[in-house]
Parts: sequence; C-alpha cells; structure tokens
Amino acid sequence: MTKKSAHEILEDEEFKALAQQKNLISLILTILELVIYFGFISLIAFNKPFLASKLSGSMTVGIPIGIGVIVFSWILTGIYVNWANKKYDRMVENVKNKIGG
Amino acid sequence: MQTVIGQTNPVAIFFFLLFVAVTLAITYWAAKRTRTTKEFYAAGRNITGFQNGLALAGDYMSAASFLGIAGLVSTKGYDGLIYSVGWLVGWPIIMFLIAEPLRNLGKYTFADVVAYRLSQRPIRSAAALGSIITVLTYLTAQMVGAGTLVKLMFGLPYEVAVVIVGCLMIAYVLFGGMLATTWVQIIKAVLLLGGATLLVILTLAQFGFSYGELFNQAAQKYGDKFLEPGGLVTNPVDAFSLGLALMFGTAGLPHILMRFYTVPNAKEARKSVFYATGFIGYFYILTFTIGFGAAILVGQDIIKGIDKGGNMAAPLLAEVLGGNIFLGFLAAVAFATILAVVAGLTLAGASALSHDLYVGVIRKGVSAEKEEVKVAKIATLILGVTAIFLGIIFKGQNVAFMVGLAFAVAASANFPALFMSIVWKRFTTKGAVASIITGLVLATVLIILSPTVWVDVFKNPAPVFPLKNPGLISMAAAFIVGIIVSLATRETQAEAKFEEEKLRTYVGIGAE
Repeated sequence: MTKKSAHEILEDEEFKALAQQKNLISLILTILELVIYFGFISLIAFNKPFLASKLSGSMTVGIPIGIGVIVFSWILTGIYVNWANKKYDRMVENVKNKIGG
Repeated sequence: MQTVIGQTNPVAIFFFLLFVAVTLAITYWAAKRTRTTKEFYAAGRNITGFQNGLALAGDYMSAASFLGIAGLVSTKGYDGLIYSVGWLVGWPIIMFLIAEPLRNLGKYTFADVVAYRLSQRPIRSAAALGSIITVLTYLTAQMVGAGTLVKLMFGLPYEVAVVIVGCLMIAYVLFGGMLATTWVQIIKAVLLLGGATLLVILTLAQFGFSYGELFNQAAQKYGDKFLEPGGLVTNPVDAFSLGLALMFGTAGLPHILMRFYTVPNAKEARKSVFYATGFIGYFYILTFTIGFGAAILVGQDIIKGIDKGGNMAAPLLAEVLGGNIFLGFLAAVAFATILAVVAGLTLAGASALSHDLYVGVIRKGVSAEKEEVKVAKIATLILGVTAIFLGIIFKGQNVAFMVGLAFAVAASANFPALFMSIVWKRFTTKGAVASIITGLVLATVLIILSPTVWVDVFKNPAPVFPLKNPGLISMAAAFIVGIIVSLATRETQAEAKFEEEKLRTYVGIGAE
C-alpha cells in the first residue's frame, strides 16, 4: 500500500467520521459538565431555599446535590473512557491500517 | 480537650522520617534510571494509566485542600462542600478537551503543543512565562502553608520547616527526575487516601455508620443553617468567575499537564484522568465527612482556638478518635503531601526553564541530550532555592490569593492558547503570544485590584475591581484577543501544517 499524504487521509470518509464523532462526544460531555456545575452554582445563587429544604431528618436537599455533582462528573469521565476504549480506538486502528503504518 | 498539637510529636517525627527514608531510597533507585531527557521529564513514558491517575491525584490533593477544606466544612458547614465541588469540575474538562491531544502532540511541556505549528521562540518565551508565573505563585502558597502547618503540627520553627521541605523537594527532582517525583506522588496519594478513609470510618463508627445521624447531630449542635448554603455564594457573577478559573485553570496547570507525557499513549492518558477524577472526588467526599465529624466531636471553639482558619480540624479529629499515634500519622501524611506537591511544581517549573526557555529560545531548539538534562538540573536548583526564599520572605503574609492567582493565570494565559492551538487552523503566532500576554497581565493586575488583594492584603476600604477572581474577564479577554489578532495576521506555514497536526491529534501518528 502506498503511503498517503495527511491531506488524503483527512479527506477520507472514515477519518471524517472519526473526527466528527470525537468532537461531538467531547462537545456534548463538556456542555453537560458546564451545565451541571454552573447549574449547581445558579441554584445556590438564586434558589437557596430549595437547597435548604429538608430531605429526611436534618439532611438538606443540597447535600445529595453537591455530592451528586462530584459523582456525576466522575461518571461523565467514565462514559468518555468507555466510549473511547470501545469505539474510538477501533476507528483509530482502521484509519491507521489504511495509511499502512 | 487536651491536645498535643503544636508540640514536638515523636510519633509524627517517626512516621515522617520513615516517609523520607522510603522516598529517598526511591530517589536513589530512580537516579540510575534518569539519564536522558525522556527519563528526566517524563519518567521514560513507562507509567501506567492507573499509576498516573494516582500521581495526578497526588499532585492535585494538596495539604491546603485536605486540611483547608476539612477546616472550612467544620467551621462553615455546607459552604465547604460548595467550595470543594469547584475543585473537581476541571477534571472532566481536561479529559474531554485536553488530555489526548496534549499527549499526541507534545513531548514534555504544554508549550510543545502550542509551538507545534507556530514560531518556536516567541511562543516558547510567552508560554514559559505563563508556566513559571503559575508555578511560582502556587509554589509560594504551598511553601508558606508548609512552614505554618509544620510549625503547628511538629513544633518546628517556620524557617527550618521551609528549608527542610525545600531541600527534600530539590533532592527528589534533581536526582530522581519525573520517575522519583511520580512515585513520591503515588505513595503520598495512597497514604492520604488511606489516612482519610480510616479517619472517616472511625468518625462514622461514632454515629452508628449513619450519615443521617451525623447530620442530625450537626444540626442539633449548630442549627439547621449548618447544612444549608450560607454566605459563600452571594454574588452570582463572582461565583461564575471563580468557577471558570477553577474549571479551566485545572486544565492549564503546567505540573498537571506535564504528567500526561509520563504514560505511553493517549489511551493511558485518558484512563489516568478517569482514575484521577475518581480518587479526587472520593477524597472530597471524605473531607466533607471529616469536617462534619470534627465540628461535632471536636467542636468549633477548640478548632478555631488553635487555628482561626480551621486548618487543624482534621488532625484534631484524628487525635480525638485515634490518640497521639493517629495524630502523628496524619501529621506526617500532611507533611508528605506538601512535599509531593512542591516536588511536582518544581519539576514543571524547571521544565519550562530548561526545555522551553533554554533549549527552545536560547538554543533555538538544538541541544544535546546531556546538555539539556544538565540544564534541567540547574533549573531545578534555581527554582528550589527561589521557592525556599519566597517561602521565607512571605512568612506571616496572607497568601491565600496566590492559589487564586495561579488558577486565574492558568485559565487565562495557558488554557486559551493551548486549546486554540489544537482546534483552530487560523491561529497564528502573534495571536497566541497576544492571547497569553493578555491573559497573564489581566489576571495578575485584576487580582491585585480585586477584593482578595486590594482589600484583604493591602487593607484598602474598597476594591477597584469588583470580582474576587478575575477568571471571567481575563479568560474571555485572552480568547477574544487571540482570535482578533489571529484574524488580523496570516501565517500560511502554520495553516499548511494544520492537517498534519490534526491527523496526529486524532490518530496519534508520530506521537512521541
């Protein structure tokens, strides 16, 4: 197989799909993280009574929400790694094989 | 209650000496494996994703976040949780936008990536400046914290503590390079996570392993307000600005970014962010619990009586629950934590000096292996001595703003240029330099005029700039200036190289 130029590979449908999917996933997950964190900050800024309302006993709604932001952020990184390990790496391999490298 | 905090504690000294002995032995072992630049800066790229995840967590979980956040929770309750959440949310951003391209494109520093297509010398000068300012401000805050904490916990004089910390960190980095630094981080992370976990188990045992009971007793003692958001977020714009600085600053910290070069490929880089985020998130949940435990079992009066900022909440709780031995252990862990963080920072600063400034700018990119390692070691010495010096001259000063400044500079000078260089074809050398300088100058000037420095440090009645952290303004300005200047200039060479860069970003062909 002849070695392809960077330009040819970039024009390749498979590479385009790979880049597009990766950008889309990164963008969606980044926006989700921003919404979660700044949503939390907005709740604190604009709706303290909601966060202060009691859930059970003395526990306020704010506690599981705060802990939830931490846990959910981690879950998002897990979703990304899972996608990348299962799908992205295979697409990368395919493109690499095409190049003949 | 009677406390031995502030006195010379033999148990703490024993555990600390044990840690020093083990880490110096590792440094000796690593020294034999630290001859090339790849070994000195990047541990030979042989660290696994899991190990790097622990090391990243070790770099990020400073003594300030352990003692400081536990203290904040114990004195302010729920607000402490709000604060700690902000420190975690940058990690997913690193994962989604930075980690893999950084690993695929660069060699040792993040400036490698920014300079990939652009003119080496101007970019490396500007990026090194951003790195060094970030490292020095963060390092000063750590050194001053180290002196104060060691004085509180071991009864050692401030200056002695700063010199001990400085000499040990120089030894790790100078002889053992990234390999020794990485293992110091890993050991520290395991000790810190283990110690905090044990403290949480002992705490929860007092409440029948029920968080409900823990919260009930906290509310009984300090009122319902303790479990509600209080005064931390009053001005939403202020909170957004700080949030942005924390989020994108994390993704622009040179010592964190540098760690991604220690793993063999982008796949391990991404795995390491997943592990790091998990460890750090878990750690913040632990410190939240420790803060509540300390508020109930030690009491705010005693905590504030020993240190107004509440920094001794976690050690005091350890003393109540596990006696002198556990206190000694935890004090040694806190000391180890400081050491590991400053070692990581010193290495990142030294790399900016040697790899970016000396080789990239002065030697125009041409330098023999041996020469670069030698220069990197000299840079380590210079930086280490500077850190000791800064630690001593800032004794007793309010340096809390320095961490805020480090994050503001990282978010404004480092992150925008790094991000735009990866994704934008039309980004030019002039655009990048303008963006870095704008972010750097604006973040620094605005934080001086902000309430954090203008009012809290200089004691002026009113701030010139209203926001406590300038992140919102300085980061936006860095992006806008970078875009405008790039559009106003044209760099066909850089554009021509974009396709090759793009291929490498996504597929990793040619990655080192």
